[in-house]
Amino acid sequence: MGAIALMPLPGAEAIDLERIALQLEFSLHRDVTLAESLRHVDQAYDPSRDQYNSRTLIDLLRGLVPRDAERVLGVTSVDLFIPVLTFVFGEAQLGGPAGVVSFFRLDNRFYGLPENGELLLARLVKECVHEIGHTYGLLHCPDPDCVMRSSTYVEQIDLKPANFCIECARSVQPDGPSSRMR
Amino acid sequence: MSGQNGKILVVDDELSVRDSLREWFVQDGHEVETAAEAQEALRHLQDRQNEWDIVLVDIKMPGMDGMELQRRIHELDPGVAVIMITAYASVDTAVAALKSGAYDYITKPFDPDNLSNLIRKALQQRALQRENLRLRDQISDLERGNEIIGRSRQMQEVYELVRTVAPTDSTVIIRGESGTGKELVARAIHVHSNRRYFPLIPVNCGALAEGILESELFGHERGAFTGAHYRRKGKLEMADGGTLFLDEIGNIAKKTQMDLLRVLETKQFTRLGGSEVVTADFRVVCATNRNLELALQEGEFLEELYYRVNVFTIHLPPLRERKNDIPLLVEHFVCKYGMAMGKRIEKISPDALDRLMQHSWPGNVRELENAVERAMVVGHPPRLERDDFSLHLGNGPPRAGSESLEEVEQEHIRNVLEKHGWNITRSAEILGINRVTLYNKIRKYELRKD
Ligand SMILES: [Zn+2]
Ligand SMILES: [Zn+2]
Repeated sequence: MGAIALMPLPGAEAIDLERIALQLEFSLHRDVTLAESLRHVDQAYDPSRDQYNSRTLIDLLRGLVPRDAERVLGVTSVDLFIPVLTFVFGEAQLGGPAGVVSFFRLDNRFYGLPENGELLLARLVKECVHEIGHTYGLLHCPDPDCVMRSSTYVEQIDLKPANFCIECARSVQPDGPSSRMR
Repeated sequence: MSGQNGKILVVDDELSVRDSLREWFVQDGHEVETAAEAQEALRHLQDRQNEWDIVLVDIKMPGMDGMELQRRIHELDPGVAVIMITAYASVDTAVAALKSGAYDYITKPFDPDNLSNLIRKALQQRALQRENLRLRDQISDLERGNEIIGRSRQMQEVYELVRTVAPTDSTVIIRGESGTGKELVARAIHVHSNRRYFPLIPVNCGALAEGILESELFGHERGAFTGAHYRRKGKLEMADGGTLFLDEIGNIAKKTQMDLLRVLETKQFTRLGGSEVVTADFRVVCATNRNLELALQEGEFLEELYYRVNVFTIHLPPLRERKNDIPLLVEHFVCKYGMAMGKRIEKISPDALDRLMQHSWPGNVRELENAVERAMVVGHPPRLERDDFSLHLGNGPPRAGSESLEEVEQEHIRNVLEKHGWNITRSAEILGINRVTLYNKIRKYELRKD
């Protein structure tokens, strides 16, 4: 059974990734390991937007899945976008081996509110589980009690839990079917 | 739960736009095709006429431009929603497109929430055109899935009421003892209403102190900075287009009741610290376990608010009045926690079930769920036994301050490990979880071999 590797990308040192990994193991019932960090992601930077193209990052990460892992998830503090949207919290390749999550917009300070470290961690865990869910082929889920519910603004993330609903859990179970499209 | 997804065609000469929109929509569960130019788009429309819900069209394309394409699309399928994609400079053209029948326009790059809202609105409108078909389809799965569980006569009556009221926009109040599953009824109403494309936003009025409830409902803004970042969306804004579920409405402080009443009447409010008047369109479903009539008599509940929310009532029976639903509920929770814990428990012994049928369940379905969850922690696969359940006797609500689920689990794992000399493989087998999970739990609870 393959593990999931968390890969620190620029800015990730601000976060306790060990804790994130432990929490992810509980949600996913899989080994979550910390990969070596990736320092240079300049090719994803778009100076006209002062943001990083998450698609480019995913292309990079796809080639960097550690030997003992079957998925790699980059974590970064830089702001991400896809060409047609103003920003994304994260992105993943549907059914593929790589995903990326940014906590730039998960931080209360981005919204002019006082810092809240616990809330930031809770949001980041949810976004990580969510993107990993996509890498196992899960689509957005209409169940409000499911981490695969889509979130287009941060308050929506706060409404959902960090775990999958029954149906989504069944699809990402290590010994269950690898993907189930709905 | 289906019916929220659509068929979307993206027409844009830029590959990166087509690709990123395709991925975005696919992950949202929509069916997507793309076309790089107008002729290709028209072919897609002709091939599957009247099947498309939304066509996104870039205004500026080489060859036939978006304006012309939009007219052709409407000749082929007058019902499809055409959304024009514009660059900042071409907003005037977009407005012209609206006049000639486009559904709306959106300027690149899109804010994810604006895009998602626009798609929901367009799908909702399309579904309304096809109304009778889809709504009928959905009602049949009302009592399945992770919605409300139960086949008893009492629950059939509840479903009947949900069916009746869901498609109307009427305010609903759900009454019943705590733990009966009022939120699930609110969800069922929402999912079977025309607002299902938009979110159901729950607010637990009882859990929030006065002052916090206002900021929770109305959101807030930093007066000094009006930059878009410096705001927090309140629940009313989040519920725009959807349903607001006010749980424990009987427990709101009097002062907040006044504010709430005003909002329910006007659907307008201002964020705390802000001055802009915000309008939100939401349906109200509320719930309470309090005797509101008594609260009214005692002057604790505002009369006007009472009449505003007391329009259509659904009473949820306590679990002791529908005990024949217990086996079905148990099966559901066993499956749910089995998944969450990665534990393969398939059955429950007749003896254990018998015990559950005898219990009076003062805490209702929630108490039953908790009992099953605990049993799943200590139970050995593949079957739950009578002794795996620890039930509170008597008629009072379950005692507070008893062991938490985590304590139960920690103790149980320690016992199994010690009994089997810390043999991980053997212990994991007995516990019915895999070894990774067992290692995680040992780390989590900081268990050590002495
Ligand atoms: Zn997603
Ligand atoms: Zn789900």
